[in-house]
Amino acid sequence: MRNPLSQTIVNIKPSGIRRFFDIAAERKDTISLGVGEPDFDTPWHVRDEGIYSLEKGKTFYTSNAGLMELREEICRYLTRRMDLSYDPKTEILVTVGGSEAIDIALRAMVDPGDEVLIPQPSYVSYEPCAVLAGAKPVIIELKNENEFRLTPEQLLSAITDKSKILIMPYPNNPTGAIMEKEDLLEIVRICVEKDLFVLSDEIYAELTFGGKKHVSIATLPGMRERTIVINGFSKSYAMTGWRLGYACGPKEILQQMTKIHQFAIMCAPTTSQYAAIEALKNGDADVDGMRESYNQRRNFLMHSFREMQLPCFEPFGAFYVFPCIREFGMTSEEFAFALLDAQKLAVVPGSAFGQGGEGFVRISYAYSLKKLETAMTRIAAFIETLRNKA
Amino acid sequence: MREKILTFIEKNSRVELKELAVLLGMSEADVAGELEAMEEEGIICGYHTLIDWDKVTTERINAVIEVRVTPQRGRGFDSIAERIYKYPEVESVYLMSGGYDLLVMLEGKTLREVSSFVSEKLSTLESVLSTTTHFILKKYKDHGTILHQEYKDEREILS
Repeated sequence: MRNPLSQTIVNIKPSGIRRFFDIAAERKDTISLGVGEPDFDTPWHVRDEGIYSLEKGKTFYTSNAGLMELREEICRYLTRRMDLSYDPKTEILVTVGGSEAIDIALRAMVDPGDEVLIPQPSYVSYEPCAVLAGAKPVIIELKNENEFRLTPEQLLSAITDKSKILIMPYPNNPTGAIMEKEDLLEIVRICVEKDLFVLSDEIYAELTFGGKKHVSIATLPGMRERTIVINGFSKSYAMTGWRLGYACGPKEILQQMTKIHQFAIMCAPTTSQYAAIEALKNGDADVDGMRESYNQRRNFLMHSFREMQLPCFEPFGAFYVFPCIREFGMTSEEFAFALLDAQKLAVVPGSAFGQGGEGFVRISYAYSLKKLETAMTRIAAFIETLRNKA
Repeated sequence: MREKILTFIEKNSRVELKELAVLLGMSEADVAGELEAMEEEGIICGYHTLIDWDKVTTERINAVIEVRVTPQRGRGFDSIAERIYKYPEVESVYLMSGGYDLLVMLEGKTLREVSSFVSEKLSTLESVLSTTTHFILKKYKDHGTILHQEYKDEREILS
């Protein structure tokens, strides 16, 4: 029998997070700070609308691009919160989570040989999605000393005449880094000059702290026509399991993305779309409440790291902190396994998010304060043992 | 800032001053100052514990009583409300809109104790026109907290 598999997919490594947690899950009494999804339930009024839509028998496909009412609400929301303006008829596509939007945006925009610039550490999907779209991923390693922001020098040195798309993963998973307006303006200048398109993954846009409001790169001069903005409901409204996201951008690109979506997916889940309308209409206060809780936990973690003298730059976005563990002379994977063995505490090795994450671990604060307090006691005990040995 | 402090301690008044300061990104002195000021201004009226007494004893019963009263010239409902809230077994008293005037929440040891309070003390007050007593059979949720519920982290690991 011939090999049934595609070499392209066989050559793609499975996610490093998965491997680590399959091992962690087998150990008893382990506290995990590994999950990248909110610990809150979806607000009840949102769930209620989902249930109501089922009661009314709204169980059919929607149009490929999504319910018009939802697209209109998304537009209103983007104007209200992000200062973005799109046409609901032609410039918005409702997708199965932000992940689908990343995949189809890349597939709609690259040809074989095109290069996709991917700053890392970042979410694990960009690289495989670029490969599956036939493009060549080009990794830009973000640096701790820049607080994991993308600098114009780094971008310039990665650009070739094949470069077509720059992925902008901010607010960032796993580092919690953000890009402020001044940082973006320099990137914008290069994108326009070098004719680069931008895929801006803004799934964590609602979760920024310390008075630093998220700035979408698409709001900056010359960028709307060359940016696909990706967002969704998972992180901001605690709706991960509903699988609902969206992409917006120029209609020529959205038209082709909708084509792929139409043939591969048909439409995003109908129940989720009805629930999402309610989230956008009446969910601002829920988002504010969750943001405040995350911020308290972030303050607590940063305070704990200062007390144990573990270096960690202050992250202003998402719900992750990314402390540096280089002083212990271990790789981040070795550190994570040793911590798991010694203290039954699971954190994600930074290297799971690309080589740029080596020397760091990702700690998610989508956990209750009580759990975080126990976890910080454990990590403090662990690094004290390491330091005493040295 | 006051609202942030209040929102937090409304759910967890046992938080240590030091920790509350860290969580809210304030100095300890500022938090302590605000707390003291709010106690003095009567914004913070007490620090209570939410207890599911059903798990401790069967010797406890709660009732909600709708009371219709005649308001008094010049003092409205205040003086009759005061007469009622002074009884230690009365948990809370609210002035209501709608079909009755005062909502009285009561706690007693036995059914008999509560009913004798209503018939002997409450109903005999001069301005009380009528009372309707409802006994609480089971508490599902109290002060925003669901009783009888354990939190379980059901999030699964994925990439």
